[in-house]
Amino acid sequence: MSEMTKVTYRIRRFDPTKDASPHFETYTIPYTPGLTVLDGLWRVKELLAPDLSWRSSCRMGVCGSCGMLVNGMARLACNTQISELGTDQLVLAPLPNFDIIRDLVPDLMPMIAAHQDLHPYLVREDVAERESPTGEFFQSPHELEQYLQFSYCIKCACCMAACPTVASDPVYAGPMPLGQAHRYNSDTRDGGFALRREVLADERGPWRCHFAGECSRVCPKGVDPAKAIQLLKRQLVLDIFHLRQQKCPAELAPKPKDINRRDGIPEAPKPSV
Amino acid sequence: MMRDQKLWTWHIIAGAVILVFLGLHMLTMHMEGVIKIGSLNPASARSEARGGEEIHPTSWPNVRARGVRTLYMASYILLLGAALFHGLYGLNNIIREANPAKWVQKAVTVVLLLVGVGLFVFGTWAAIAARAVARAAVPGL
Repeated sequence: MSEMTKVTYRIRRFDPTKDASPHFETYTIPYTPGLTVLDGLWRVKELLAPDLSWRSSCRMGVCGSCGMLVNGMARLACNTQISELGTDQLVLAPLPNFDIIRDLVPDLMPMIAAHQDLHPYLVREDVAERESPTGEFFQSPHELEQYLQFSYCIKCACCMAACPTVASDPVYAGPMPLGQAHRYNSDTRDGGFALRREVLADERGPWRCHFAGECSRVCPKGVDPAKAIQLLKRQLVLDIFHLRQQKCPAELAPKPKDINRRDGIPEAPKPSV
Repeated sequence: MMRDQKLWTWHIIAGAVILVFLGLHMLTMHMEGVIKIGSLNPASARSEARGGEEIHPTSWPNVRARGVRTLYMASYILLLGAALFHGLYGLNNIIREANPAKWVQKAVTVVLLLVGVGLFVFGTWAAIAARAVARAAVPGL
């Protein structure tokens, strides 16, 4: 690939104000070592197609905005070096399983709505402590391990685009919302299992998952949503027989006693909110 | 609410039941020459103890000897119920994944439910009737 001097982008374009259906357009740009798919898109926009649209922000695989189909696989454009694709011919399309807003911009609202329905935050009865924390909730390193990898999800929707069940079942919540439901159900600081079960127990829940595993294969952050969904099923089955380990939401960790601040370390600033 | 959670759980339990009973079926019908368990083929065991001829698991004396036992009748009915539920619920899910219209989904569910209940009632009657026939064929019962 060291001989590559140019790279060709074949991009699926769609402008709802002009086009009846999506079509492909081809652009060729100069290649420089280290060029990512996202860098190339900016080059295309700068030189050849100023009206080209996509989402992106952080350029470092953190924000999850630039998920798109790159040579048939859902990836983050910013995280994908062109050199690692093994070709100078790129085919870009918006993430499948979503409506297209324009060009490479998918409509992620169904995913966000499903995510929202599953209360993706710590649900606790002690609202006062949640709103105005006075300390830390106790959680052991082992308890943290139970959900840590699932908390790396950046909601880029690559898993949703790769899921064969999402492709055919409009009701199924999909790997991202379900994975995040498991993430919070497994958090010992959380007490929202019963609330989430209202959604998980019906047809939006994990029951239609075939365990194809594509969601885990494409995840750019190495999260394993397929595993989360199977663990979620196990939790819900055990719940039917009242065998699910009931973890009360963790209590506030006791504050350390008889510890003095070392010299020269200033007080923390007062909360501004 | 809870509908899919419960149905899917029963689907898995039915799968486990089928696994156990199919294992027993394999032991009874196809592995008699390898593993001999007398209670699975009582007529064969009796014949062998007397030094008589070999009796096939599906031969009438074995079928009759199993059929008179209430435990076997109950196991036939349990296997029938588990297989019908597992198969028809699975079929219902497969059809739903083709994403038909809501009314088609409902119609398919109702039809499969009626087929399942009908076959279960018929199969249960057959298992009970077969036991009665087997008992009538055994003198002294």
